[in-house]
Amino acid sequence: MTSKRRGVGGLVYAAPALLFVAVFVVYPIADLARMSLTSTSMLGGGEFVGLKNYYKAFADATFWRALWFTAKYTLFITPALIGLGFALALLAAQRSPIAKLTRAVVFMPVIIGLGSSSLLWVWLFDEQVGLANTLLVDLGIIGQPLVWFADGSMGLAAVTISIVWKVVGYGMLLMLAGIQALGTDIFEAAAIDGASYWQRVSRITLPLTARTIALTTLVSAIGSMLAFDQFYIMTGGAPRGETFTTVYWIYQNSFIYFKLGYGAALSLILMTIIFVASGVHIFLTRRGAPA
Amino acid sequence: MSAQRISNREPPFARALLALTRPRALLFGALCAAVLAIMLFPILMSLLASLKTTADASASPPHYFPAALSVENYLKVFRYQAGLPTYLFNSLAVASLTILLCLALAVPAGYALAAFPLPGKEAIFLVLLLGLMAPYQALLTPIYRLFTTLGLTNSYLGLAIIHTILQLPFSVYLMRNSFEAVPKELAEAAIIDGANSFQILRWIFLPASLPSIVTLVLFAFITSWNEFIGALIFMNRETGFTVPVMLVGVRSGHFGAVDWGAVQAGVVISILPCLLIYLLLQKYYVSGFLAGSLK
Repeated sequence: MTSKRRGVGGLVYAAPALLFVAVFVVYPIADLARMSLTSTSMLGGGEFVGLKNYYKAFADATFWRALWFTAKYTLFITPALIGLGFALALLAAQRSPIAKLTRAVVFMPVIIGLGSSSLLWVWLFDEQVGLANTLLVDLGIIGQPLVWFADGSMGLAAVTISIVWKVVGYGMLLMLAGIQALGTDIFEAAAIDGASYWQRVSRITLPLTARTIALTTLVSAIGSMLAFDQFYIMTGGAPRGETFTTVYWIYQNSFIYFKLGYGAALSLILMTIIFVASGVHIFLTRRGAPA
Repeated sequence: MSAQRISNREPPFARALLALTRPRALLFGALCAAVLAIMLFPILMSLLASLKTTADASASPPHYFPAALSVENYLKVFRYQAGLPTYLFNSLAVASLTILLCLALAVPAGYALAAFPLPGKEAIFLVLLLGLMAPYQALLTPIYRLFTTLGLTNSYLGLAIIHTILQLPFSVYLMRNSFEAVPKELAEAAIIDGANSFQILRWIFLPASLPSIVTLVLFAFITSWNEFIGALIFMNRETGFTVPVMLVGVRSGHFGAVDWGAVQAGVVISILPCLLIYLLLQKYYVSGFLAGSLK
């Protein structure tokens, strides 16, 4: 069998997946671009309107507010996830049984559904029946029960806490793997040289896992920029649309107001943002030297 | 870290031992205990609330432990609208189709990328990873139109396709890596023996990659079981709801009053399969997770 014939044979195996991606990813991207230039709605319509949807997006205060809110959420939660994730990775890297248990338990919420965890947390934060207030009062952290979903910033704080609980194990596990890939020799040598624990963390662990930390940061940030479920369930965009995220506003326009053309324009703007971020991610991943 | 820092007062070995001083081990143990308490509190409270009576679960101010154990909430979820079995069946049907689609597409694609001198191999690989760069949340609008044309809205297959879009990049990536680890000599020997490419896949590559297949199936199941926005948009008939969408329905409840006990019973039911998989198959899950994220 010649190499060329084998190459063509290989294409036969790749064909079903390529066809799937062509129909359900590439075609929708093209259609998204086309739709964004039309006035398509759920009921029909669809005449060409040029860049009108984009002008409208630029003038759409709610869209800007949603973009800004999503950016704010991302800027809030990413450092929390990475910082806590790294601290937990240091804890979980210890060789005691309780450290192993901690690792397993911290990662557990990663695999449960975001819908389920949001319904769990919106109940915990409920001002009438929620146990979050009860616990915080019992521990003496707050004096009076808080009303969590009355204003945008408290709602944001509640969602952020719930998502940190839900996904902090993700970063922990990635960074733990990065730490473990360093081996123990280097740490033992440093300990023999008299380096304290914190010196070892700051001079060895941090610099040598920098690439893993950067990748984890990007993955977390991209995930946060696409946030929907947690806000749909926990705040419903309330109060006064203050907690609409970008995806939420797209959902609202496309599937509640049925303005598909406008929703498409908003989607394309979001996709461009994510595309750039993911491009950086794949570039870092593919060319990366072994950590 | 440099050589001058070595002190002569104590032998190096003793210093290394001293580095593991007891107070720090104790501090770390205490921190672990605190983390465990924080992480387990929500799940434990949800479980306890699900076992309260309806009145007990909506008591304000709330209390941590049920006054009496009751399965009332579970019965209510069981009888919710079309009945829990319908929603469980929907979720399982969509998850099974997602698993089948991911296997049927990713196994041959991974094989093509790993075992054949494909022209433009890396370009093909990037196209298959396109779903990572074009988030499906942004594609829901055109996909909705496409599905309306193809008659795929409100169908198990339609939602399974959405979940496959989501899961395919990881699956292809996983299978390519796994097949690339199979020794080339095995395949070459089989070619000389006259085996065709399908036989080589069936008898050499697949048996050597079973752990990755298990990982692929697990991830496809969990993604599909948990996915929310696609199910919310594409399954808009009440009998077609998947479990996560049903849960949101339980919460909206009747006449505005939320039956939190029933909601927490639903939460417990929905996370149970994930927890079981995690506890029983942690090895596959964690290894796949790391393979897909770091390489």
